[in-house]
Order: sequence, then C-alpha cells, then structure tokens
Amino acid sequence: MNINVHHVTRVEGHGNIVVDTKNGEIKECRFEVVEAPRFFEAFVRGRPYYELSHITSRICGICSVGHATASLRATEKALGVEPSEQTVLLRKLNFHGEMIDSHVLHTYYLVAPDFLGVGSVIPLAATHRPVVERALKIKKLSGDLCALIGGRHTHPCAMAVGGFTHLPTEAELRDMRARFVDARTDMDETVALFATLPWPEFERETEYVSLKKDDEYAYIDGTVVTSDGFSYPIEDYRKVTNEECVSFSTAKWTHHNRDSYMVGALARLNNNFDQLHPRAMEAAAKLGLKPIVTNPFLNSAAQVVEMVHCIEDGIEIIDELLTRGVQPEEPPAVDLKAGEGAGSCDVPRGILFHNYVYDEGGRCVSANCIIPTNQNMANLNADMKELVPQIMDKPQDEIRLMLEMLVRAYDPCISCSAHFLTVEFV
Amino acid sequence: MSETTNNGKPKVAFFDFACCEGCQLTVVDSLQTHLDLLDAVEIVQFREAMTEKGEDYQIAFIEGSCTRQSDEARLKKIRAQADLVVALGACAHLGGVNALKNLHPLEDVRQWVYGDKADWYETYEARPIDAVIKVDAVIPGCPIDREEFVRVVKAVLLGKKPPVPDYPVCVECKLKENVCLFHIGKFCLGPVTRAGCDAICPTYGDGCEGCRGLISHPNENAMKDVLAEAGLTVEDVLSRFTMFNTYQVKDRMVGEKGE
Repeated sequence: MNINVHHVTRVEGHGNIVVDTKNGEIKECRFEVVEAPRFFEAFVRGRPYYELSHITSRICGICSVGHATASLRATEKALGVEPSEQTVLLRKLNFHGEMIDSHVLHTYYLVAPDFLGVGSVIPLAATHRPVVERALKIKKLSGDLCALIGGRHTHPCAMAVGGFTHLPTEAELRDMRARFVDARTDMDETVALFATLPWPEFERETEYVSLKKDDEYAYIDGTVVTSDGFSYPIEDYRKVTNEECVSFSTAKWTHHNRDSYMVGALARLNNNFDQLHPRAMEAAAKLGLKPIVTNPFLNSAAQVVEMVHCIEDGIEIIDELLTRGVQPEEPPAVDLKAGEGAGSCDVPRGILFHNYVYDEGGRCVSANCIIPTNQNMANLNADMKELVPQIMDKPQDEIRLMLEMLVRAYDPCISCSAHFLTVEFV
Repeated sequence: MSETTNNGKPKVAFFDFACCEGCQLTVVDSLQTHLDLLDAVEIVQFREAMTEKGEDYQIAFIEGSCTRQSDEARLKKIRAQADLVVALGACAHLGGVNALKNLHPLEDVRQWVYGDKADWYETYEARPIDAVIKVDAVIPGCPIDREEFVRVVKAVLLGKKPPVPDYPVCVECKLKENVCLFHIGKFCLGPVTRAGCDAICPTYGDGCEGCRGLISHPNENAMKDVLAEAGLTVEDVLSRFTMFNTYQVKDRMVGEKGE
C-alpha cells in the first residue's frame, strides 16, 4: 500500500518524508529537501562589502534579521570594523524582535493546529478567536519592533556595516517598552496554553550545539559549544559542521561528535539554561522543561520559553538604551583591506554561520553560509528512524501526523536551502 | 476551510518557487490588520500556512523565480487552472536576487556550491515567471508591501486593474520630505525605480536598490549622470542595477562593460 503526501505543509520551505517499511521494518526513512537551490554563496562573489547583508538577508524571509546580523559580523571582522555599544544593544533588541516573531509564527500558527485538530490557523479564527487574536497581537508587536529598529519587518534596510543608517527615537522606544510590558500578560496566557498541550512522548538524546557567552543567554557572537563538552571559536565553525552533500537533498548535511546534532531553541535551552531570565525559567518549569531535555517535540515548548526571555530581556535592553540616551551615530567609515571574517548568530532555528573573504577593494571573493535547518537534517532523520518502530502499530493516518509533527517541531525553514511530503507505506 | 460554505467566494491558492517565502509571510502578516480578508476569499491552498490542499482555484498568487527546466511544467499547470495569475514579489516579478547567479557561468555556480556533486542539482538561468507563463497582475517589492497587497487583492476582487504606480520612488520620497540621499553622499536608484513602497529604504537612510523594478520609461541616462556626479564608477552603477534586475539589464551590461 502506498500513501503519498506531496509537500510538507505548514513549514517554511519544502521537504519530503519517505518512510518505506516492510514486515514492520523500516526500509527507508528520511527527510528530503529538493527545493530549488539558489546558489547564494556563488553569486555574492564580486559584490561589494556593503551589499552582502542586504543580499544574504534574502536567504530567508523569516530569519532575515539573523542572516543580516551574522553577515554584518562576518564583514566587520574581515574589515576590522567595531560596532559601538549602542549598535550592539540595538542589534540585540532587533534580534529579540525576530526571535519572538518567528517563535509565535511557529508555535501558534504552525504547531498549535496539530493539537487543536485542524489543518491550519485559519479555522481557529472562528473557533478559537481569542487565541488567534493573541497570536496576531504578539506577532504585530515583534514585527513592529523589527520595523522600528531595522526599518522594515522583513529584510531590514537600516542595518549597515558598523551600525544603523536610522535610529529609533527615545519616544518610540518608550512606546515599545509599554507594549512589551503589556505583552507579559499575553506571555502568561501563552505559557498556560502550551502547558496544557499533550506533547508526544519520545526521547532520543543527541548532541546539542549552540552559541555560548559568559555574561548572557547567547544569540549574537560568543563561542560555539556542544553538550558533549566541545568548545570552538566561531572562526573554527567547520570543525563543528563538517558539511557533506547527500544525493536526495539540496540541503547539505552536517555532523560533529556523533552521527548528527541538534540546533535551535531546545539546544540553546539545554546549553544555556542558567542564563535565561528568571521569568523564562518559571515558564520552563510550568512547561516541564528541565535540562537536559531530550524530547525533540519539546523544541516548540522551548520556543515559548525563549519568547518570555526575549520579552523580559527586551525590556531591560530598552531601559539601558533610554538610560544611556539614543546617540546620533552614523555607521563608522570603513578602511578597505583584504581580509576574512566569520560571523555567527543563534537564530530562531539554531546556529548560523556566515564566512566571507574580501579582496583589497572590498569585493567578496569567497562566501560560505551554513544555515540551521541543514544542521538539523541528519538529526531529524535519526529521530524518524527511532520513532517509526515505536509507533508502527498505530493507524497510518496517526503515523503520518506524528511524522509531520516531528518535522514541524524542528521548525525547518527550508527556503534557506531547498517539494514533496511523501509518506510511503510499503 | 472545508466547513465554510463558499457563497461564491473566489478560491485562491498560493504557490512558491525559488524564493525566501518572505512575501507569503507578509501575506500572513497582513491578517494582523485585515483579518476580514478571510471573509472575502476562500484559500484552498497555502502550503506555508495550511495542510488542506485544493486544486480548484480561480486566483493563483505565485512567489519565487523559475530556476529549473522542471519548474516550467508546474507553472504551466497553475496557469491552465487559474483565471488570474498574480506575481508576488520581486523574485516572481523580476527574477530578483536569484538572477544574480546569471552573471556567472552556470557550471561554475553549481560547482562552487556543490563541488564534484554539482551534477546532482538541476538549475538554469533564473527568470521571472512571465518568462514562462502569462502574468495578469504584479505585486512588486522585496518583500511585497502589506498595504499594497491588500489594495491589489481588493482591486482584483472588484475586477479592476490593480493600482500599482508607474512613477519613480523619488515622488514618494519628496512627499515624505526626506533629504535626498545624493545630497549626503549616498547613492540611490529611486529616480528610476517604481514607487509604491513609500520610499521605505531612503526614509531609513539606505539608498533604493530597485527591488520594485524599473518604471516603464526610466531616464536611465540621467540616472547614470547623477551617479557619475556622485563619483561612482560604471561598475558601481551596474552593480546597483543588478541586485534585483539582472534578468532585465544583463544583456545591456555586457555591452557596456565591453565598451
């Protein structure tokens, strides 16, 4: 018997699930990425340094701030540009906006319908109006924050090498602070809602990879750490990622100490739990998350915890900006020179690397971008191989839904790299 | 959607090809302020946001460029079904950033990214969807503008021509009373680029990058003079044109570079 489902829905990007079983055994089980490759690394060659973050933000419509930030850090390191403290604060705040935006989209729009027994968020507008309205409100808040700092919600235009070409006013920041404080109630309700969801029971321990910093829950810069005890400077990212091509996927696979590793909210929470804001730790307790969390389905719950963290930390960043006063800074002048730099951010879906080489005229001669979804591919496949035998006695519709839910838990953003969801029962 | 009675509402489907899906996300975001859009249409297919998948639709929104021979059959199938095809965003409208790869030999591009596995990955010159199928309306931009999306949808539902401007970004920039970026030593493609974005990039201190495409009758020579006055080389100027408009300007570029 064959069951074919084309396109994994409710993920950003495309993927296939191929489960080929015979006599209760798995013959083949893998998540494929066959989305049209876009070749960013090849076509940024020859482009001037100031275009790189603007071009590479177009890798992903949901992580555009993350790509832009990692891209700018790579360029800044290559050209020896040091962003000001104000720029660092504004980038963190902008990043929190995208983190909340992406997580609310994933948890409310893409994951919650699975538990409420519907195929999308659209029917929820009629049956669960307050839930949908809350999601829209949080999403508008985060999008408005990105627009305030970056100039545009998707594909920021005010982010430049070394700084910002436009700055928010203190009045705008005060208004944003009030909306963040108001969002605490929405976060409490969000935690309460997700604490009631019956997460599928499935445990598979793996290696968790994230950024780490001494003084804060790391999203931008720091060192690359793994739960197996490894630590690397960002420049040595290739020692972690070890990219390889696989024939059935346009997304390259990665592995480090084991056959696969996991990146994203759950990896960050596992590696940096003690640095979460106290309110986020309370949320984690209510959601039953205590490191080390080894159920990949709980990546979505970890995203809820991070939303709380970003709201609270966002308030603190705004307070610091207001205390310092917004200084009328221009991005610093750039002295062109040949050089290489690697930038890293832990974006909503996990750790991201951009690495560029520039010539003496400031033109890109070589580029490498390693996105989170690629890094999760091998781990997702390993989870599927372990999950399928555990659920083989369930009806095929349930098996298919569980596999789709597992894919969605990883929040794959395959547009970054990559059309069919094929669940095939032989 | 299945439980909703249709009441003659037009059935709408969303499709994506090579793109970042930021335009579809902008469509989702337009619901923050226009949730009533869901009362005016029936969405039968939107892979990014829903599981249901209907093949019976009248209006197709297509995001992304055509970058593979094998994409053409899918595009033609959508065209055969839809009464109205709308190109959503710069990738579908212009080819967008995907077409930057057309500036390099295709074999080199494939090998650069996939090495000796290059043959595994199909690709050809990135192109706008109207290079493959007839397009009835366009929502320009990278990404699309939320409000313009709502305006175009309203027009399409009323059977009117979508009100996409055909004057340059400068008009909107002046209305916003921005200081011209050329006056502060920056450069900008606003004089030749289609308005409708409310001059967002110049307003935030960043020169227009031409993501909405050239206006129908751009004064390109005057534009080049302005850029030259600002001390920019032909290469800089061409580079600015190519970020989103390589498919449109590539042939001319090769000619000018050779002079």
